[in-house]
Amino acid sequence: MAPGVSMTELDSVPTVPEPAGIPGPAREAPLSAPPALPPRQLDIPLTEPSVLSAEPILHVEGVNLWYGEKQALFDINLEVAKHTVMALIGPSGCGKSTLLRCINRMNDLIGSVRIEGKIKVGDEDIFAPGVDVIELRKRMGMVFQKSNPFPKSIYENVAYGLRIQGIRERAVLDEAVERSLIASGLWEEVKDRLNESGLGLSGGQQQRLCIARALAIKPEVLLMDEPCSALDPLATSRIEELIFELKREFTIVIVTHNMQQAARVSDFTAFFWMGKLIEVGLTEKLFTNPRVRMTEDYISGRFG
Amino acid sequence: MARHFENELRDLKFSLLAMAGQVEEMISLTRECLLERSNAKAETVSQLDKNVDEFELRLDQACIDLLALRAPFASDLRLIASTLKIVPELERIGDHCCNIARRAVTLNPQPPIDLGDLLHRLGGETHSMVRRAVDAFINGDGDAARTVIHDDESVNALYLQIFKDLLRGMLADPLTIERSTHLIIVIKNWERIADQATNIAEEVLFILEGVNVKHPHLQYPPRT
Repeated sequence: MAPGVSMTELDSVPTVPEPAGIPGPAREAPLSAPPALPPRQLDIPLTEPSVLSAEPILHVEGVNLWYGEKQALFDINLEVAKHTVMALIGPSGCGKSTLLRCINRMNDLIGSVRIEGKIKVGDEDIFAPGVDVIELRKRMGMVFQKSNPFPKSIYENVAYGLRIQGIRERAVLDEAVERSLIASGLWEEVKDRLNESGLGLSGGQQQRLCIARALAIKPEVLLMDEPCSALDPLATSRIEELIFELKREFTIVIVTHNMQQAARVSDFTAFFWMGKLIEVGLTEKLFTNPRVRMTEDYISGRFG
Repeated sequence: MARHFENELRDLKFSLLAMAGQVEEMISLTRECLLERSNAKAETVSQLDKNVDEFELRLDQACIDLLALRAPFASDLRLIASTLKIVPELERIGDHCCNIARRAVTLNPQPPIDLGDLLHRLGGETHSMVRRAVDAFINGDGDAARTVIHDDESVNALYLQIFKDLLRGMLADPLTIERSTHLIIVIKNWERIADQATNIAEEVLFILEGVNVKHPHLQYPPRT
């Protein structure tokens, strides 16, 4: 026995009986299939598993829309799952922005518009009589192509939505402003100048200010209409990172003309053409192996 | 832009075809140098291999450039990604031809070992698989690609048959052991070339249909 090793220590080591003679093949563990890898372990998880099992929150059911005599949307059926990003792509005039604007009933502002079909948020039909449109729009934050901060201070821009709800308590407003600016990734850049005008910020910062303004009222769904089309690549990449963060809390529908952007930020992509929904599916599938020829031609830049 | 890109993809395809053409030329010469016991043709095989290597470098660069600068999607993406995988297969086929040609040079001055027409058939079937895999790529023919994958088994059977015949010959006459060992390496190289033709056919199916047909026993779930 080695010096310094007590008997009890040795006892605790399990002993293997020595075989008589040379160990033969009989002592080897029988050959068996290697343990199966869990299937996702082989994948680079570009699509998180949670995305595949997410519950739909937004239901578009058989929506037709006319601007006067001209039909702009044809029997659109689409579901958007909670905490996912849905990209709407397609050539100009294909109806994707029109659909986006239906979701928070912005098309109500256009007199000649007629809509058939249903859009439901959760269980609630947004076109049902008696729906409070202002309440609805609080549940649907919207960010536009061109950043449009109010000619007010950074603080007041973000607090605006709460103020018109009648909230006056400074502590509540402070909390909402800080939370929203942190969420939009702008807090560190502006926390020392919250009282300066929002118009003094750079383009990318203004867009993030608008996102913060949309987030302040805690919407369920964030609608983004080409939010990066006026931004440089660096500002664009910050917004895209932000979208990635925001989907933990919100559900995002984004209209974009930038295929790379749709591929980078979205979990699902819907391709529209001439007012019709041509194909919708997992982004990683749609951009590597679309089902429909027209989708293929559009995303590879052959028409549109 | 789209038309410009279209032309670039066409150029890529043409270059890949040119490379495949060189490789097929090497296969033909390899078969002939075995059949005709020609050292000169064996020498030509190793000369052509330099062209194939150069093709590999150029095509690798072209694929990386297209991926970086054109950011392709869908079938364009699949074409470029699969080209990146087909090119090394072709280059490897070239290397196998060189291996066979080198053994042929060793064997040429020695008395032949009688294998009937089996060795010639092995070369012929393997050559046919490579040619049909390349044709499937040119013509976008999925069925042809599937036939190539299927035919790999008959090349394997032929390989095993020759292997056994050589073993029997070596047992019967130890003086053939050296030559037979060279021949075993020759047939192993043919068999590998057929595997590579199979890999190319699998890539062709990926380009055409977006399906990965490799390792069917794993039943890798398709993405929906």
